[in-house]
Parts: sequence; C-alpha cells; structure tokens
Amino acid sequence: MDVDEKQIAHLAELSDFALTAEQSTALQGNIKEILTYISQLDELDTEGIKPTYQVFEMENVWRPDEILPQEADREQLLALTQEVQDYQIKVPKVL
Amino acid sequence: MKIASKTQSAVELVKTALEKAHQYQAEYNIFNWINDNAIQQAEQIDAKIAQGENPGRLAGVPYALKDNFLSPLGETTASAEILTGFTSPVTATAVKKLEAEGAILIGRTNLDAFAHGSSTENSYFGPTKNSKDTTRVAGGSSGGSAVAVALDIVEFATGTDTGGSIRQPASFNGVYGLKPTYGTISRYGVVAMASSTDCVGFFTKNSADLDLLMEITAGQDANDLTTLPDYYVTSKPQTVQKVGIIKDFDNDAVDPEIRQALAQKVEQLKAQGIEVIELEMPALKYALAAYYIIVPAEIASNLSRHDGIRYGFRSSESGDLVSLYNNTRGEGFMPENKRRIMIGNFVLSSGFYDAYYLKAAKARTLIINEYGKAFEQCDVILSPVSPNPSFTLGSKVNDPVAMYLEDVMSVPLNLAGLPGLSVPVGQTSAGLDLGLQIIGPRRSDRTIINFAKTLEEK
Repeated sequence: MDVDEKQIAHLAELSDFALTAEQSTALQGNIKEILTYISQLDELDTEGIKPTYQVFEMENVWRPDEILPQEADREQLLALTQEVQDYQIKVPKVL
Repeated sequence: MKIASKTQSAVELVKTALEKAHQYQAEYNIFNWINDNAIQQAEQIDAKIAQGENPGRLAGVPYALKDNFLSPLGETTASAEILTGFTSPVTATAVKKLEAEGAILIGRTNLDAFAHGSSTENSYFGPTKNSKDTTRVAGGSSGGSAVAVALDIVEFATGTDTGGSIRQPASFNGVYGLKPTYGTISRYGVVAMASSTDCVGFFTKNSADLDLLMEITAGQDANDLTTLPDYYVTSKPQTVQKVGIIKDFDNDAVDPEIRQALAQKVEQLKAQGIEVIELEMPALKYALAAYYIIVPAEIASNLSRHDGIRYGFRSSESGDLVSLYNNTRGEGFMPENKRRIMIGNFVLSSGFYDAYYLKAAKARTLIINEYGKAFEQCDVILSPVSPNPSFTLGSKVNDPVAMYLEDVMSVPLNLAGLPGLSVPVGQTSAGLDLGLQIIGPRRSDRTIINFAKTLEEK
C-alpha cells in the first residue's frame, strides 16, 4: 500500500500533531510498512461473519443516576494544569 | 513471598528492597521513581504487628508499580514526556486493594511510553536492560516490572497486558507473568491504551503468589463498569487432563530452543499421564494483523485526551489553541505513539473503515470461535510466548513491523479476552530466560495458575 506525503499530512492533522519534515519522512516509511503488513487480512475469508468490537459479556451496564463524591476536588484538579486564572484553566485564545 | 511478621520486620524488608533498587538502578534503568519514604510506611506496619492488629495479607511486602497506575505517590508518567509533571490526585482501585493489605510501594517501573512496544525501548526515560544480559532488552511493555522481580528487588510487581506486555517480559526475565481474564481486575486509575483488550496483571517469583494477588485484587468495581461480576475467589481449579499444542505456531519462525523447551514439556506432561493433542488454529495467523488495526484504532481514541490543557506537559510554543494541541502532542509523544495514533486514525477514516477496522473486527470473531473449538478438545493450551528469547538493544527499535512480530503469539488471546500465564521453563545455551504460556478459557484463571505447578514438576 502506497502512502504519499499528502496522506501523511492528512493523518497528522486528524491526529493533532505538528511534525517536522524529518519526522514526516520517517513516519511515511513506517506507516507504509505497517499498512502492508496489516493488509494481509485481505486473505482471510470473512464472508457472513459478524464483527466483534468488545469481549465484555454484558451490555449497557448503568450505574444509578446519583451524584457521588469524587476522589479529587476542584483545587486538586486545577493544581495539575500549567496556568490558572480566576479559578479556571487558562488557555490561548480560541477565536 | 516474604511477608512481615513478628520475626521479620517490614522495615527490614523495605530497607533491603530500597537498597537493591538503588544498587541496580544505574545499570538496568528499572525505575522512573523510587519511593524513599517507604520506610515510614513500613514502620506503621511494624507498629500494627507489635500491637497485635491485623497488618493485612501483604503486610510489609515490597512491591513495584508499572508507571501507568495512578496514585499520589510519585508522578504517573507512563514513561511518556506528555505526562511528565503529572502527580495524580486519585488512586487506581488495584493499588488501593494492594495497599489496604499492607503492600509497600518501592518504586514506579519503566515501560514503553503508554505501553506501546515490546522492549521498553520506546520509553522517554531510555530502555530497561534485561536481567540476564544488559546488552539485551527487558521485553515490554512492562519491562521495568519484570526486571524488578527478576532481580529480587521486590516480591511482586504490577503490569498491564494489552497484547503481551506482561507475558513477554516475564518470559524474557525468568519470572511468572499473569494476564487474567478480561474484566477480572478493575482498570480504574490505569492509563488507558486499548480498552477492549487492556488488562491489569502481575509479575511474581512463583505461582502461589499470583493466586494470593488475584484473591486480593479481582472483583467488580463501580468505578470500572467493564469489570466482571466476582468469580475468582469462589472459583475452583479444574484438573487438567488434556493439553492442546498449537500446530500453526510450530514452525521455523520460532527459535529452535523455544521449540525444544515446548517439546520437553510435552514429553514431561505425557509422562505425568496428561494427554497432549495438536490443535489446528489457522485464523491465529491473522491475529497480529487484526490486533494492529483494532488496538491502534482504540489508541487513537484513548490518547486524544492528552492535549496539554488539563494536566502533564504543555508545549511552550503556542500562539493559539490549535497550535497548542499540535505542538504539545507533536513534542510530547514518542515516535511509536505517533505511529499507532496515525494508523488508528487511518483505519477508522472514511474510505478505509470497512477494509481495515470492520475486517479486523470480523477476524476477531473467527479467532474467538477458534479458541472456542479448541477448548472443546482440551482443557488448556500450552504455547510459546514469543518467537525468540530477548534480543539485542537497538536491533528492532527502528523497524516497527519487526517489533510487532514479537507479539505474534501473545496477542491472539487478548483479542478473545482469555487468561494467559507465562511460566519460566529454563534458559537457552547462552543463558537467556525462556518462558511458555498456559492459556485457558475465560474465568479459568485459577486453573491455569494451578496448572503451572504441574508444569514445574520434573
């Protein structure tokens, strides 16, 4: 499977990565090899087979709709971030 | 394992463990962080013992935590730059259960960043060295935990196994490594990799210790709705009468000394009166390709939360929000993290979803069915863990497909949610450790742990 620079740039965009030219070239080679390997699944006959997305035996496990105490409070969570202002996480401008 | 008592103090156990941890650290790079305050916790255990209080089933037992388990002790980095500086305010359920029984944390062990890898070379903090040969890899992703147990620094260590990350490093370092049935131990507070296969498990020096750790940590958790209803404590080990060997894995791609070790065990089992049958499981050949579609897809989703906003590393190069995300993720992830996220986004993207992700999900059904048929014919399966013993540092790190092929015999059971236990079975002529894995049906964890004893008999 061939992968061109444009596809690598598209995948980097989907993945939210800024890549240097050198990183892009290396990843292009790696991704091509990986896709070639995983493409061998084509050989396997899966006609009429249902897909499995998870091996958990139960479905729709709900917890009661109650507000439970949390392990971490707001001060502890705010302490994890780089910049805090007015009791909120500070981020660069969005608009 | 060594447990503190009136005759052996927790302080002595912990002191010895800390001394060894520091002694081996420079040469093997096992720990991302060492808990030098562990002595204070040990003193509390000794005080309980002196006062006649119950100090717990793991009183004063020194243990190591793979650095992808959250707890306020030390930073939880998952060996990734993007999590550096993150000290968790919450504690993983498994850690709470171990510490409630008196276990004492000695250190946080190295791994491939976000558990992406099979050698511990993809760590931001550099590779962990193999316990028998420092020119070779520890295996991975839980390499630090395997080596911490192999070098007798701690009595046990935690690990996570998404596609072999406990069993392969266990086999590379001559220790026991258990990946339980999917859903047995809560994953609350464990850094997520691939949610449909991630499992918490352990490294120990013998099988009896695994049984104790399972009794303590298994069970349903309201904080992890994917945990199974409790079954472990009440389960009974089944007597193994028939063992299956996977014919499809007996070929030239597997190291001759591993094939020989398996052949020897087969002869031993037969001499013990156990029937050994050959299984044909042709779909297993495709498990690795299916795994490297399904798991990256889940990684792309799970790792999208690491954005530099709420915790961990944040790039200093950011004029606006989009460049903050892109630079933080571009700088903070290791190359293997990027490969997996990009492959995941590729197989899920419009135009490729059916050919890759859906196809892999169908292959997964065929693999599950094959195990189902196998367990109609035998009680457990005995198989190599990896195609080769530990390899030289640097030999595969720039060749992702060669590294993925390390997992070819370990990933199939993860896709099916089955338990697997890697058991040491001797060494190569060059002195490298060899392991074989026992695989059983879902919820047969106690049976495979018990069967390890049969395998140990000479």
